[in-house]
Amino acid sequence: MIYIITQTLNGLFSAALLFLIASGLTLVFGVMRIVNIAHGSFYMLGVYVAYTIVARTHSLFLGTLAAVSAVAAAGFVVERLFLRRFASQPLAQMMMTMGFALLFRDAAFMIWGGDPFTLPYPSALRGSIEANDIVFPMYRLFVVFVAAVVGVVLWALNEKTLIGAKLRAAVDDAEMAAGTGINVALLSGLVFAAGAGLAAFGGVMGGPILGGYPGMDLDLLPLAFVVVIIGGMGSLKGALVGSIVVGLIDNFGKALVPELSYFTLFAPMVIVLAIKPTGLYGRV
Amino acid sequence: MKEVPVKLSTSVVVVVFALLATGVVVGQSAASVPIKVGFIAPLSGPYVQNGRDILNGFLLYLEEIGYRAGGRQIDVVVEDDEAIPAVGLTKARKLVERDKVHLMAGALLASSGYALAPYIDSMHIPMVFPVVSSDDLTQRRRSKWIVRTGWTSSQPNHVFGEYAARTLKLKKVATIGLDYAFGWESVGGFQRTFEAEGGKIAQKIWCPLSVHDFAPYLAQISRDVDAVYALFLGRAALQFMRQYQEYGLKDRVPLIGSGSTTDEHVLPSMGNEALGVITALHYSAALATPSNKSFVAAYRARYNKVPSYYSESMYTGAKWFVSAIEARGGNVEDSAALLDALRKVKLADLPRGPVELDDYGSPVENVYIRKVERVNGELQNTVIETFPKVSQFWKYNPADYLKQPLYSRRYIPPPTE
Repeated sequence: MIYIITQTLNGLFSAALLFLIASGLTLVFGVMRIVNIAHGSFYMLGVYVAYTIVARTHSLFLGTLAAVSAVAAAGFVVERLFLRRFASQPLAQMMMTMGFALLFRDAAFMIWGGDPFTLPYPSALRGSIEANDIVFPMYRLFVVFVAAVVGVVLWALNEKTLIGAKLRAAVDDAEMAAGTGINVALLSGLVFAAGAGLAAFGGVMGGPILGGYPGMDLDLLPLAFVVVIIGGMGSLKGALVGSIVVGLIDNFGKALVPELSYFTLFAPMVIVLAIKPTGLYGRV
Repeated sequence: MKEVPVKLSTSVVVVVFALLATGVVVGQSAASVPIKVGFIAPLSGPYVQNGRDILNGFLLYLEEIGYRAGGRQIDVVVEDDEAIPAVGLTKARKLVERDKVHLMAGALLASSGYALAPYIDSMHIPMVFPVVSSDDLTQRRRSKWIVRTGWTSSQPNHVFGEYAARTLKLKKVATIGLDYAFGWESVGGFQRTFEAEGGKIAQKIWCPLSVHDFAPYLAQISRDVDAVYALFLGRAALQFMRQYQEYGLKDRVPLIGSGSTTDEHVLPSMGNEALGVITALHYSAALATPSNKSFVAAYRARYNKVPSYYSESMYTGAKWFVSAIEARGGNVEDSAALLDALRKVKLADLPRGPVELDDYGSPVENVYIRKVERVNGELQNTVIETFPKVSQFWKYNPADYLKQPLYSRRYIPPPTE
């Protein structure tokens, strides 16, 4: 029983991290139909930028702020100056994001070198909670909580605000939305920037536990794609449900049948696709 | 713009002069041509930092000797294998067939090492393996043209298993490690001698190489073991240490492990969570011998960081082949004789201590039991015990040893021991 509770909590932590990454990925796909291979790079750049700022200012808050805004700005530039030129050419756009992924990877190596590092824990969240033999780190609980807050904010933005309404219109039919006077181009840029910022935020949140290292850009990306495919491309609700499904299955799979951990991860995706080819909440 | 022709002509003059000078001074056709050494290591991709350390050690030694050995100049051709075996093989082909190198050195991963072996043997070009530690390269699948100057994965672990039972007085140990040959061979070596001394490996947990969140594995570790043996390297070692403490295990179950887990390539990135971890390896940057002290000082001065075992490995590897070249009086064109010289090298004052090769071409060297301590604000692997002249076969008879299967994922020690 203790074992199941611990593994469930672990699964929720994985889900929280995945949600931060996958929500951006799915929004970008929903609005622009871009399969963004560089999304993992934003996740990586987030923790690297935060590392630099935290080393100078010893403030995790400033580090997070700097990471999210710098990476969001980088995302905005990438979309405005490069991806925009290839609108409605999904293959060209995908190759472009792939190119950026390699570029960011080499740039990170040149700037920060290849030594792995971790971010410090926030001092209030050190240590672990112990109750009836269940040991769970405080910080992981905090990440789950933060991801839940981000989820609620995103949901409110999407469902309750004008920009959310425009966004949903653009997801459903970009041409019609443009026809009603919505600036889809600007919206795309903002969504891409927000997606990049969310990924960077995910990187920073994972920073004290997973840290930063060469190759991390492609570590979580396949999992994030599985989440997006299970949940349905373009759906926030799908990203949330997909993250929880993948996070739990991945944890229990690794714990119970480690030899089959890839099978247990991809089997649900295959089953979902067989029954519902658009994913759980996808409409495409 | 007008200066360009002038510069060109002066450089041409310099080259011609240099050619004339070497021709006149040495007066021998072979000796006037530089010795070409090919170097292969991952210089991009996830293992880039390990590859850099290897290259740093290599260049540091060659700089110390002014790129000259046996009266000839040494030219180095550096290639990046991206930690992909097929790429490594392509680069080796390029080095041998296009650059016409006289010998090669390098390689990091066991998979790259095994991929290179048949090609090297077919081309009769000696290659020094300073790092690749796969047991069978000098055991059941020996390669004629590969000279290993590093270690075998199980070598320090044979020592460590016995030490853990006799000196640390451990009875039950759980192991957790990376799920590939290096992990299996290290854990297998530890298990064999530990259980022969009456210890018991209570569980073995294997993590895929891509692991970054250790939570699902940490939750499986039994709480009634005396210690946990961990085998990781690079960023996985860093993440493991962090998370082992995060889950409150550090205060309950002492941590021991393979030397790579606390090696200096990742130790400076760690914090107090690494304190007290005991590991075994054939090197520690904290060794207090004169040759190591001067090596560490030179390395720090040149690269502004502490050398890892990877750095020392290739520093020693370079010194090794330079000694062989000196022994051959600079004649590297006879590759069979060069190979012979490489196998006969014996060096007493290496940073890691004295090394010579056994009859199977694997180093006989010291194994150090190290404990992580903080000294002058910096984490280091303090040597707490030295086992001299350890062979890859430990105390076993080589012929009997080789009848046993290679340590694998599901290794069970032979019942007779």
